[in-house]
Amino acid sequence: MTTREITFRDALNEALREEMAREEGVFIIGEDIYGGPGGYQGAFKVTKGLAEDFEDRLLDTPMIEQTIVGAAVGAAMTGSRPVAEIMFEDFITLAMDLLVNTAAKTHYMTAGQYSVPIVVRAACGAVGVGPQHSQTWTSWFMHIPGLYVVLPSTPYDAKGLLKTAIRDDNPVLFLEHKKLYNVKGSVPEDEYEIPLGQARVLCPGDDVTVVAIGYMAGLATQVAGTLRDQGLSVEVIDPRSLAPLDLETIFQSVRKTHKVVVVAEDCKTAGPTAEIAALVSEACFEFLDAPIGRVGARDAPIAHNVGMSEYILPDAADIHEAVQSVIAW
Amino acid sequence: MTISEELMLQMYRYMVLGRLFEQCAEQLTHRGLIPGAFHTGIGEEATHVGATLALTHKDYIIPTHRGHVADIIKGAEPGRLMAEILGRATGYCGGRGGSVHVADAASNNLGVQAVLSAVYPVAVGAALTQKRANTGRIVLAMFGDGASLMGTFHEGMNLSAIWHLPVVWVCVNNQYAMSTNFAEASAIANVADRASAYNMPGHVVDGNDIMVVYETVREARERALAGEGPTLIECKTYRQGGHSTFDTNPYRPQEEIDAWSKRDPITQFEQRLRERGILDEELITQIADGAQEQVDEAQEFALNSPEPPPEAGVEFVFRSSEVV
Repeated sequence: MTTREITFRDALNEALREEMAREEGVFIIGEDIYGGPGGYQGAFKVTKGLAEDFEDRLLDTPMIEQTIVGAAVGAAMTGSRPVAEIMFEDFITLAMDLLVNTAAKTHYMTAGQYSVPIVVRAACGAVGVGPQHSQTWTSWFMHIPGLYVVLPSTPYDAKGLLKTAIRDDNPVLFLEHKKLYNVKGSVPEDEYEIPLGQARVLCPGDDVTVVAIGYMAGLATQVAGTLRDQGLSVEVIDPRSLAPLDLETIFQSVRKTHKVVVVAEDCKTAGPTAEIAALVSEACFEFLDAPIGRVGARDAPIAHNVGMSEYILPDAADIHEAVQSVIAW
Repeated sequence: MTISEELMLQMYRYMVLGRLFEQCAEQLTHRGLIPGAFHTGIGEEATHVGATLALTHKDYIIPTHRGHVADIIKGAEPGRLMAEILGRATGYCGGRGGSVHVADAASNNLGVQAVLSAVYPVAVGAALTQKRANTGRIVLAMFGDGASLMGTFHEGMNLSAIWHLPVVWVCVNNQYAMSTNFAEASAIANVADRASAYNMPGHVVDGNDIMVVYETVREARERALAGEGPTLIECKTYRQGGHSTFDTNPYRPQEEIDAWSKRDPITQFEQRLRERGILDEELITQIADGAQEQVDEAQEFALNSPEPPPEAGVEFVFRSSEVV
C-alpha cells in the first residue's frame, strides 16, 4: 500500500473530504469553519480548502455551542450525518446538555426509533492559552452511556478513526490534541477505516505495560525508546477510544508483563486512568506484581504561564518515573 | 382560508379525545399505576390540537410534555401511547421514555424534549435537513412560556431566521412554568413580541380559539414551505390543572382559575358549533361516547400490556446493542 507523510491536520481534512464525497448527508457545522476563499477555515485549519468542493456543506454559525450540537442531533434524527466542530474542548460545557441528555439518550429513549449519527470534534490539550482553552476532559464523557469517545494520537489513526466515527450510527466525541495538528505521520493513499474500540500496540514489550491515551501515547512511546536503551522492555498501548474501550488488549498485555502504568492528560483525580486501573485490578489482580501506576495532570486548571503549565501537566519525565517506580516495586 | 365543517368536527373530536385521554392518565397516576408524575394539557387543547392539525403526515413535530393529543393526531395509537405512559413493553419506547419522552418515528414525531431548552436546537437541526434536502416538509416545534425564557430560545430563533429554516415555533403560553407566573418571570408581556428581535413574524393569538390557532399555524407553514423562514406564534392559554399530578396548586388564586375555566376551549368551541348548527346534543353525546370508548380501549390495552423484562433496560444504549 502506497503511503505518504502528512500531518495530523491534513489527515483529518482528508477524512472529512472523503466522507462528504461519499455521502450527501455529511455536513460540517461550527464556528469559523468555512473553508472557501477568504474563509477562516477553522480555528486549527482542519476544514481548509473543503469549501472548494463542498461549499454548501460547511455551515458557519454564530457562537452557539448548544445549538451547534443540538442542531447536529436534530439533523441526524432526520437522516443527516453531521460533523459538529467545537473550537476548544473547554467550550463543550456549553453543549453538555445536548451532548449528554439529548445526543447520548435519544436512541435509548426512543427504543431505537431514532439514532444520532453525529461526530462532535473538539480540540483539547494545552498550548498556552490559559485555563479556559486548554483542558483535556475524557472521563466525564466515558461516564456517559450512549456516547463514544475517541482520541487519535497519530495521523494514521486520526484519518481512519474519523472516517469510522462519521459512518457510525452513534454519537461520537472526537478529541484532537492541539499539539498533534502539525505532527506528521505515514498515511496510506488508499482508503481505510479503523474500527472503534480497537486498541493499538504502539510498541511491544515484556517488562511493563503503559496504557497511554491521546497525546500521551506519543510521549509514552518516546519513554519506551529511552528505557529500551537501558535494557527495559516497555509495551505501549494506545486505546484510541475510551468508549468503546478495548479492555482485552490491555488485559492480555498485563497478564504478560504483570506491571502496568496508565497515563492521561486529564487531572488525575477521577480521570480515565482511575477507571482503567480499577478495571485492570478487577480482571487481572492475580497477575499484578506491583500497584498500578497512574500518571495525570495535577489537580489544577492549566495556567497560561509556560513553567506553571508544564508543572501541572504530565510529561515524559513523569511517565519515566512512574514506569521506574513500578519496575522497582 | 375557510375551515370546512368536517374539519371543525375533527377539531372538536380531537379536543374531547385529548381531554378524556389525559383525565384517564391522571386517574391512573392517582391509582399508582404510572411511575412518577403526569402532566396534563387540560385547558390547552385548542392550541395542541389546532397547531398539530395544521400539519401533514410527513411534517415533523416536537410536541410538549402536555399535549398528548398531538401525538395521537400525528398518528400514534392511543393504546400504545397510554402503554408508554404506564411504562409497558408495548409502549412506543418500550417503557424507557414515558409520558415526557414519547416519540413515534412512523408519524414523524421527533418526541418531546424533556430538558425543555433542547427543543430549539433539535428543531433547527431537523429543519436544516428539510431545507438541505428540499423535502417539502416543515418542523413544528412547541414549547411553553417557561422554556421561552431559556437561553437556547435566543440561539434557535436567531439561527432559524438567518438560515430561513422551515420551522414554525409555537409557544403554548399557559401562564405558568410549574409555579412561576409568566408575567412575573418575563420582562415583556408577549413571547411573540420577541420575534422582531429575530426579524421574523410574530403572532400573539388566543390559544383557546382553535380556529385561530389552526389558521395561524397553517399560514406559517405555507410561509416556511415557500422558503420565507420561520414564524413565532404565541398561543395564550391556561393550564387548568396543576403542573403535574403532584401539584397541590397553592400558588394561584381561585378567581383566576375560575375566570379561565369560563373560557374553556372545548366549551367555547362547542357553543360556536352549536350556534352554527354543526353540533347538536345528539352529536355531542355521540362524540363524547366515541372518545370515551377510544380512551377505555387504550386504557385496557395499556393495563393488559406486559411489563418489559428488567434486563431490557440496558438495551438500545448504542445502536449496535440493539436486540433484534
